[in-house]
Amino acid sequence: MMTGTPANAVQSQPHGEEETWELRLYVAGQTPKSITAFQNLKKICEEHLAGRYRIEVIDLMEHPQLAAGDQIIAIPTLVRKLPSPLRKIVGDLRNTERALVGLNLRPTEPSQ
Amino acid sequence: MPKTVNGKNGRSLPKAPTGIQGLDEITGGGLPRGRASLFCGSAGCGKTLFSMEFLVRGAMQYDEPGLFVAFEETPEELTQNVRSLGFDLNRLVAEKKLLVDFVRVERSEIEETGDYDLEGLFIRLGHAIDSIGAKRVVLDTIETLFSGLSNLAILRAELRRLFRWLKDKGVTAIITAERGDGTLTRHGLEEYVSDCVILLDHRVIDEVSTRRLRVVKYRGSTHGTNEYPFLIDGDGISVLPITSVGLQHVASNERIPSGIPRLDAMLGNEGYYRGSTVLVSGTAGSGKSSIAAHFAHASCQRGERCLYLAFEESPSQIVRNMRSIGVDLEPWVRKGLLRFHATRASMYGLEMHLATFHKLVQEFQPRVFIIDPINNLAFASNRKDTSAMLTRLIDFLKMQGITALMTSMTSPESQETSDADISSLVDTWLLLRDIELSGERNRAMYVLKSRGMAHSNQIREFLLTDRGIDLTDVYLGAEGVLTGSARLSQEAREREEDLRRQQLLDGKQRELARKTEALEARITALRKEFEAEAEEARRVIGEEKAREEITRRNRERMGASRRADAGIDAGERPARPRRVQGGHR
Repeated sequence: MMTGTPANAVQSQPHGEEETWELRLYVAGQTPKSITAFQNLKKICEEHLAGRYRIEVIDLMEHPQLAAGDQIIAIPTLVRKLPSPLRKIVGDLRNTERALVGLNLRPTEPSQ
Repeated sequence: MPKTVNGKNGRSLPKAPTGIQGLDEITGGGLPRGRASLFCGSAGCGKTLFSMEFLVRGAMQYDEPGLFVAFEETPEELTQNVRSLGFDLNRLVAEKKLLVDFVRVERSEIEETGDYDLEGLFIRLGHAIDSIGAKRVVLDTIETLFSGLSNLAILRAELRRLFRWLKDKGVTAIITAERGDGTLTRHGLEEYVSDCVILLDHRVIDEVSTRRLRVVKYRGSTHGTNEYPFLIDGDGISVLPITSVGLQHVASNERIPSGIPRLDAMLGNEGYYRGSTVLVSGTAGSGKSSIAAHFAHASCQRGERCLYLAFEESPSQIVRNMRSIGVDLEPWVRKGLLRFHATRASMYGLEMHLATFHKLVQEFQPRVFIIDPINNLAFASNRKDTSAMLTRLIDFLKMQGITALMTSMTSPESQETSDADISSLVDTWLLLRDIELSGERNRAMYVLKSRGMAHSNQIREFLLTDRGIDLTDVYLGAEGVLTGSARLSQEAREREEDLRRQQLLDGKQRELARKTEALEARITALRKEFEAEAEEARRVIGEEKAREEITRRNRERMGASRRADAGIDAGERPARPRRVQGGHR
């Protein structure tokens, strides 16, 4: 599932008029935390953004120069590139409620 | 830490020189190499500048590339901020000797959910270090993480790991941190970075700010423990290890003239000792600056550089005023032998002034150092500090063999006591005082003390003429010390008296001569009389003798005619008149 390349993107079909969410998950090697984070993210996206999201996984172990661009300090970090504004969620996304708040996704209202 | 050896000489611990003036002296060679040092202090105390200078000097002087991880300022801001210190970051960055990495931690953008670590930061640092082969790393200030991330347990564990990781990387690091309330750092970083802790301080006392530095801790090495003032200016930072100087200076036997011949005469005929400290104290307008100017003039005439620190007058004012007493300092300024440094004493704290002096002395290398006046410095700080600071300054100057002359203004009531706290520091103390008498003030001077020379204990009247300072004897008499016109009138009166006495004396002498003459005449007369009498006596004696002879002959003739026994008569008779003659005499 995780090959650790930035090109390794999970993409679902865009859903008509709605904006595609661009998400970037920064990890450092295939650690348990990274794997948990990816699984949690996948679940959230399928539940709330089905068909209109794209996840890019960036492994800093292989591309350390990419850490500076998004000001990555903690691992794992999820960056919501689109829709703006930029949001960052640090951690393995174990707490779904908080992850949703961080992404600005309410369980009842899928998007703004 | 396993490599830490309790070397008392500090030689066992490898150190990375900071290149910051004075800091290497205090730390005995620099920061612990391959370890992290903590620089803590309140906002604006110079943490960033210190750490940046550490990197810049490392890159330029020791060929050790450096990484600056900025958590608070962008590279552009940093570049601008340190340009005022003379550092060109852009050039160093272009030469790949320096890398500035800006790590932004924005709380509002970050949501935390679940477990995480700071591997991202590690990777960034590792990448940056490897890209230029950095040997020195600065994290300024890592505490920003505490405001960006809320999970303290993770943060602390990760920081601990970070510092260990830095050590494993073998880089010499500086971690900066904000001063906490009652603790060294707000978030207790000193727990993790404990090899070397340096505290920076920016204190404002009486509206005057002073920067100070103290090495709180240096594991495995000896270090200076005092608070050292430091200075940030166009050449970077200079820390002043002036407390470290002791009393080891070599005393010179060389004497240098004071510029006032009569004063030299008072000082054992030769002037001050080279490298000694001279204090000229006196009330306002008593001529202290003039003595200083003469000394400056004399030293420039010898071709020696002189540094003149003026706290009351501007250089041009001093030059103008001194010209009025026949001392032209301007040529020396033009020749570069005399340098004025004029500031208001209240501009900085005492430490800052001393730091400036230190720098000026090292830059200009003067042989003579004048402070005019020293009081203003004392005002700049509280009284307690003053003598300690002056001790440092004087020790420093003595180490360099620089002759110092300080003027000090005293109030009329406490002429000898107000300088008591520094008097023990000075070698020669000249006291100028006003003598107020019969409606005028006159200046007088005496040598209160002068170590190591037979100096005059006389009060001299101190005259400022258009040809410079002149010292004359004061009138000392039954009425005390007289100066000025009182002295002149007293002298005139005395001259009159002298004349009168002289006339009297002359009269007496003439009388004596006359009497002597008369006496001698009488002696002559007496002798003549005596001689006449003696002559008479001799004549009488002669006649008497002749008569006796005749009598004897007549008797002999008579005896012969009577045919008496000549044998008996001749033996007896002549003896008797001889005995009579002896009795006469």
